[in-house]
Amino acid sequence: MTDAMPVGDRKPLAPPVDETGPLGWARKNLFSSWGNGITTIVLIAAVVWVLSWFLEWALFTANFTASTGAECRGGGACWALIREKFRYIFFGSFPYEQHWRPLFAVITMLAMLVLSADRRMWNWRLLVIWGVGSFVTFLLMFGQIHIPLSLILFVALAGGGIGLTLRSALAAPSERMAYYALVAIGAAGLVLRFAGVLPSWSIAIAPLSYVETSLWGGLPVTLILATYGLAFAFPYGVLLALGRRSNLPLIKGLCVGFIELIRGVPLISLLIMASVMLPLFLPSGTTIDKFLRAQVAVILFAGAYIAEVIRGGLQSLPKGQFEAADAMGLNYPQKTLLIILPQALRVVIPPLINTFIGFFKDTSLVLIIGIFDFLNTANQALVDPNWAGFPGEVYLFAAFVYFIFCFSMSRYSKYLEVELNKGTRR
Amino acid sequence: MAVETLGSTPRTKVAPWNDPVIRGWVFQIVVVGLVGFLAWYLVSNTIDNLQRQKIASGFHYLEREAGFEIGDTMIEYSPASTYARAIWVGILNTLRVAVLGILLSTLLGTLVGVGRLSPNWLLSRICAWYVEAFRNVPLLLWLFLFYKLISEAFPGPRQALSLWNSVFLSNRGVYFPVPMADPIHKWMGVAFLVGIAAAWFVNRWGKKRQEATGQPFPGISAGLALIIGLPALVWLAGGAPHHMSWPELKGFNFAGGTVIQPEFTALLIGLVLYTSAFVAEIVRSGILALHKGQSEAAAALGLSRGQSMRLVLLPQALRVIVPPMTSQYLNITKNSSLAIAIGYPDLVASINVTINQTGQAIENILIIMAAYLSVSLSISAFMNWYNKRIALRER
Repeated sequence: MTDAMPVGDRKPLAPPVDETGPLGWARKNLFSSWGNGITTIVLIAAVVWVLSWFLEWALFTANFTASTGAECRGGGACWALIREKFRYIFFGSFPYEQHWRPLFAVITMLAMLVLSADRRMWNWRLLVIWGVGSFVTFLLMFGQIHIPLSLILFVALAGGGIGLTLRSALAAPSERMAYYALVAIGAAGLVLRFAGVLPSWSIAIAPLSYVETSLWGGLPVTLILATYGLAFAFPYGVLLALGRRSNLPLIKGLCVGFIELIRGVPLISLLIMASVMLPLFLPSGTTIDKFLRAQVAVILFAGAYIAEVIRGGLQSLPKGQFEAADAMGLNYPQKTLLIILPQALRVVIPPLINTFIGFFKDTSLVLIIGIFDFLNTANQALVDPNWAGFPGEVYLFAAFVYFIFCFSMSRYSKYLEVELNKGTRR
Repeated sequence: MAVETLGSTPRTKVAPWNDPVIRGWVFQIVVVGLVGFLAWYLVSNTIDNLQRQKIASGFHYLEREAGFEIGDTMIEYSPASTYARAIWVGILNTLRVAVLGILLSTLLGTLVGVGRLSPNWLLSRICAWYVEAFRNVPLLLWLFLFYKLISEAFPGPRQALSLWNSVFLSNRGVYFPVPMADPIHKWMGVAFLVGIAAAWFVNRWGKKRQEATGQPFPGISAGLALIIGLPALVWLAGGAPHHMSWPELKGFNFAGGTVIQPEFTALLIGLVLYTSAFVAEIVRSGILALHKGQSEAAAALGLSRGQSMRLVLLPQALRVIVPPMTSQYLNITKNSSLAIAIGYPDLVASINVTINQTGQAIENILIIMAAYLSVSLSISAFMNWYNKRIALRER
């Protein structure tokens, strides 16, 4: 007859004490069986042992204030070394009293990356952010920037061309006239410039003293190599991926060959190639900045990997999207830029961020050809004979900095994966 | 009728500049022409530069005397050997660290990946932190750290840590005793290979019998018995030679026994710890991709956790795991080139010295690319074959 009892009178029984609270949690997650219990106890012992040893070394017996390596010896960790060297580790041989410049360059680049992570910025604002950010970064790092006339003319030509292709059927006549004008000015100007009619004139912006790239070092170098490596490799990777999916046999063959060649060899061999073979490839007398050479190698390398990620996105699109775009009478650039890529890129943003994390770590390889990235400056800090013998401290510090960057990016990529799939998740 | 008209509609005449086929060919010819022009420009510059700097070309230098020392060799090598020999030593060193790295990181990575899914909270947390710590820091940094720790934190040969006075740990590497060279070793090697082949055949027979009659066959223990037992039998038949070469402190270093160089140790430890973090993630996601019903069904059948993992979950997860694993194996092979930073004499290191001595950059870079490409292609060919073998056979 229990069914007849009014529901309100029946108080549900509280669950047994050992099923709830911290005790219940521990029972379920740590001591669910004999084997599990033994594992837990062994692990706790191991963790306590390792942690107590580590804390003893890194905190209780550590030396934070010593002024030479000799004072540090015998105790625990010598964090005084980091205190002494951290400006060198972060900024390398950049002139000491000018360290505020790389500092602000790093802040600018971080702001650029953080702003680009915001989905509300994923439109024309992104272009503005990157344009202004890059300008500020390089102005701070170089101190002086010269914008040659031919670059301005080229930008006009490219801008007009892109506008004409994308908005050919959409633009009002006046807008189309503007594109034509841009193309005409750009093309005519470039021809005249190379014919020697126009002078080699450039806009000089020189508020600070010039610092050449061989003095750059530390975190800004790592950030520039990774960020601009990806920024330039991205459009190039898109082209390679499109080429690989193309119906044109010659184009497809070129792209497949390039991608597989680059992916088959280690980055180091490309870097060595850039440092010893590039000078042979160019007409005698021309020298290319070592930093630029490394950057080019990173871009070539990154392009092939990005192309494969993007190909995944292209393959995930249903065929109907391509056919529908054809049926609408869109030409190839319109179809690709307005229909295909916006959908394909959306899918591959999380894996692209993972690729970026990979490049951020891989930039450390440039130390082999003698560029002072963050890992290399950390390495150089060990060379000082006054402070010899504390590799653990310096490398742990560098590892910690790398970890903060990579870990936060991987968290962001996980968050985006969930965020972007909201529409398709059940 | 509609079909007829559709089929017989004459192709509308379009202007050639609007015909997609013609457009396609024009576009291809332009692109190939540009690439060809670029290649011609680079090649002609290179020929020019080579002539002006009086750098020889061709592969004749390979037969000349290398004249540099290599610290860690698997085959006979001296500075009087040829460049070809030096490069071959480098290739063998690369292969050694790559093969060991692949085996060990698969093992460790699978353990950590399965550990992350353990019901034991503490174990799964520790595995998760292991993965995060290792994959968010550059491999090169780990290599430097391990190398510096081994070469600076370990004592010198005179104060070497010793285990039972036979294994010595010092900053010169790990010295341990090995059996004296004996002709029987060659036959033991043959027996080992025969054992592997026999184990494979026995296992195949066991599987067939299980499929036919349902009787299980202890494949792993039988295989191990064959692989270890056959060489042991040969050893006993050969009179059980047991003379050992013991490491002894002579002057500033050890003599006798054999040594694992600190460079090799640091490289292998770094590669394995770094790559196993990635392998762990692949294994974990492979297992998570399985339907929950699979593990529940295995539990309902009364299989223990270990059994259900080994017999039910892992074989199915392999289908998801193998393709990304292939690229991790390729990564180990390519990442082993970081050896140059800590002084392990791998292929890139040998080539780098050769470039500096001969100046013939192009030929050497070609050798590097050919070597890595052929290793990469063979690994992918093998993994593709394996992937096909384990793929779901749909009827």
